[in-house]
Amino acid sequence: MSSEFVRPDGRLPDQLRPIKMAVGVLDRADGSAYVEQGNTKVIVAVYGPRELHPRHKASPEAAVVRCRYHMAPFSTRERKSPNPSRREVELSKVIKDALSQTIFLERFPRTSIDVFIEVLEADGGTRCASINACSLALANAGIPIRDLISAVAVGKYNGHIILDLNDEEDEAAEADMPVAIMPSFNKVVLLQLNGVLTEEEFKQAFDLAVKGCMEINRIQRETLRSRYLSIKGEENEDV
Amino acid sequence: MKTFRVVSQLVRSRIISMLKEGSRIDDRGLLDYRPIDVKCGLISRANGSAQVSIGSTKVLAGVKVGIGEPFSDVPDQGVLAVNAELVPLASPAFEPGPPDETAIELARIIDRTLRETKTIDLKSLCIEPGRRVFVIFLDIYVLDHDGNFIDASALASILALLNTRIRKFSIDEGELRYEEEYVPLPVLHTPVTITLAKPDDGPFIVDPNLEEELSLDNRVCISVDELGRICAIQKLDGSLSVDEVFEVVSIACKTAPKLIEIVRRESGLDAGS
Amino acid sequence: MNERRIVLPGEFLVEGDYQPGLNVFRQGKRFYSSKIGLLSIDKKVVSVIALHGVYEPKVGDLVIGKVIDVGTFSWTVDIRSPYTAILNASDYFKGRFNPLRNSLRDALAPGDMIIAQIVEFDRTRNPVLTVQGHGLGKITRGMIVELTPSKIPRLIGRKGSMINLLKKEGRCQITIGKNGLIHIVGETVEDEELVAQAIEKIEREAHTTGLTDRIMKFLRRSRGLDV
Repeated sequence: MSSEFVRPDGRLPDQLRPIKMAVGVLDRADGSAYVEQGNTKVIVAVYGPRELHPRHKASPEAAVVRCRYHMAPFSTRERKSPNPSRREVELSKVIKDALSQTIFLERFPRTSIDVFIEVLEADGGTRCASINACSLALANAGIPIRDLISAVAVGKYNGHIILDLNDEEDEAAEADMPVAIMPSFNKVVLLQLNGVLTEEEFKQAFDLAVKGCMEINRIQRETLRSRYLSIKGEENEDV
Repeated sequence: MKTFRVVSQLVRSRIISMLKEGSRIDDRGLLDYRPIDVKCGLISRANGSAQVSIGSTKVLAGVKVGIGEPFSDVPDQGVLAVNAELVPLASPAFEPGPPDETAIELARIIDRTLRETKTIDLKSLCIEPGRRVFVIFLDIYVLDHDGNFIDASALASILALLNTRIRKFSIDEGELRYEEEYVPLPVLHTPVTITLAKPDDGPFIVDPNLEEELSLDNRVCISVDELGRICAIQKLDGSLSVDEVFEVVSIACKTAPKLIEIVRRESGLDAGS
Repeated sequence: MNERRIVLPGEFLVEGDYQPGLNVFRQGKRFYSSKIGLLSIDKKVVSVIALHGVYEPKVGDLVIGKVIDVGTFSWTVDIRSPYTAILNASDYFKGRFNPLRNSLRDALAPGDMIIAQIVEFDRTRNPVLTVQGHGLGKITRGMIVELTPSKIPRLIGRKGSMINLLKKEGRCQITIGKNGLIHIVGETVEDEELVAQAIEKIEREAHTTGLTDRIMKFLRRSRGLDV
């Protein structure tokens, strides 16, 4: 049975890596967040809504989301050129498409909402960690959204369906499937499969992904709430 | 120009209301493809080529085989490089310039589909491990965009690969030796890609044409091979409910055999080779 | 103010016969929050008082802005909203505007701060300002403090309790721009600084209870008075 399988880092198949999340980590950005999942570290800044120039790029009906997913040259095992790779272009697009589902874009015509993602350390699951951080950053910026987006990757490794692959597992896996959902509305806003699964394996993997996303969502909410619960009125402050 | 990316509200409402009644503007069934036309081997300078039309959408894929260095992490394997271009002549919505995010996404979906299934036996394309291997350049050209160029590109790609012929070669003491005979590229699988779309409140359709693509907010594509293995998924636009995700995978698995049948027939695979 | 619950985007609030207020959206009969904020249900209207977010311009609002560009017939003004605002020369010069005689730049240059009112704004164009009106025009002294726009009600307080407290104990004139910029003028720089600090405290603690009391204690203690 899968549940007895132990992974290279000691985790069980349905276990997430240790997670750290923080919001409001950057001073100049309108919203920001930092997320760690295992050794994967991403930081996100959100600017906007702000006027978009040139005008012809703007939409008279709604805000336009611009998203840049970028990996720092020192983030990967071998140094990565700072120029955008095709993978970064694709990931920028799918992340932008996911975020566009939750933002109330029609509230801010003729503007752009700019999302900048920097992967500081890449150890698998960077696009999912990025989406988790983007959600927090959007909430931190006070941009109206329908729901937080929670993401995690599942995969098949040595025949076992596993949750939250690190880089070592990703390289060797038979399949890697990042999933992002809006939990309150049961909506899947990112879904990709890289690899091969039978229909039955897909069902198993997807179910596990949804469970993982719910757990991530719980941590995101705790992160946002705890920022306010820790600020209580101080009477005897020395200023 | 923006006007070509915006569909008229009248058309959009009509498409969606017809779908809720179970019909489409071109009278197709919800899960039917438009007529598919295939022409293989039209580019004599290419090692392999195929042009696929799905309705009016036309895609040409060409394969050139060269020699180059392998990737450092797989030094004993040939290289597959997939590129796609949405050339301006295909649509007033395409602008000249290097591949944009949509073209890059297309290339990467096709690449993943072929790579993960190990469709090409790259191991047999090694000349000198770590130094020289055969490089398969697959270039996808969308020539006419009337919706769903992804599925057409996937068909054109696998057909072009099946159409590819290279000189029979042997490695003799590190020396590459060619013979007179031409042999097919070692292609082991026949994956296809199925694109589905739906309005927020309505059923799924397969193979959206351009107006349907512009009118329906939710779109996803799934690649399946002849063994029924799911080898790529990409949610493209909008969102799906969790139940809808299972539904699309099921529809894709049921629809794939029809497309694979076309591939096998057009490439002569069924003719007992 | 009652204890208010902090809610998050996507969080389910209530179900039933309600009206959606600020930062709340509905799906069927279920109401959800679209921002991080404090839940408020008042006479069947469900709202969320946001703790973050930009200023969304409204016609009639009093705003404080910074001139950032000078054109031939108008100035561009930053009012800390997604849209920059326009102040027309014809408004500033009360219609008696002669481009040959009146230099726009001499009247208002980039960097100048103004108190203005929004006279026009809709989805198709940027906000248009006027400086014709009591108390409107160029700001020449004092200091400007920033506050998240949605916290302005907290700055004002129930029936003006907080703002009156600040004016009295802080000994300053205070003008509140709906866009989250506050203009403070006092007899001394120290007085102005103190009020600025009090406002920063309100920004940080807007979501807590007993704030008015704490601000009063803060102001009086800082001035060495009995609490």
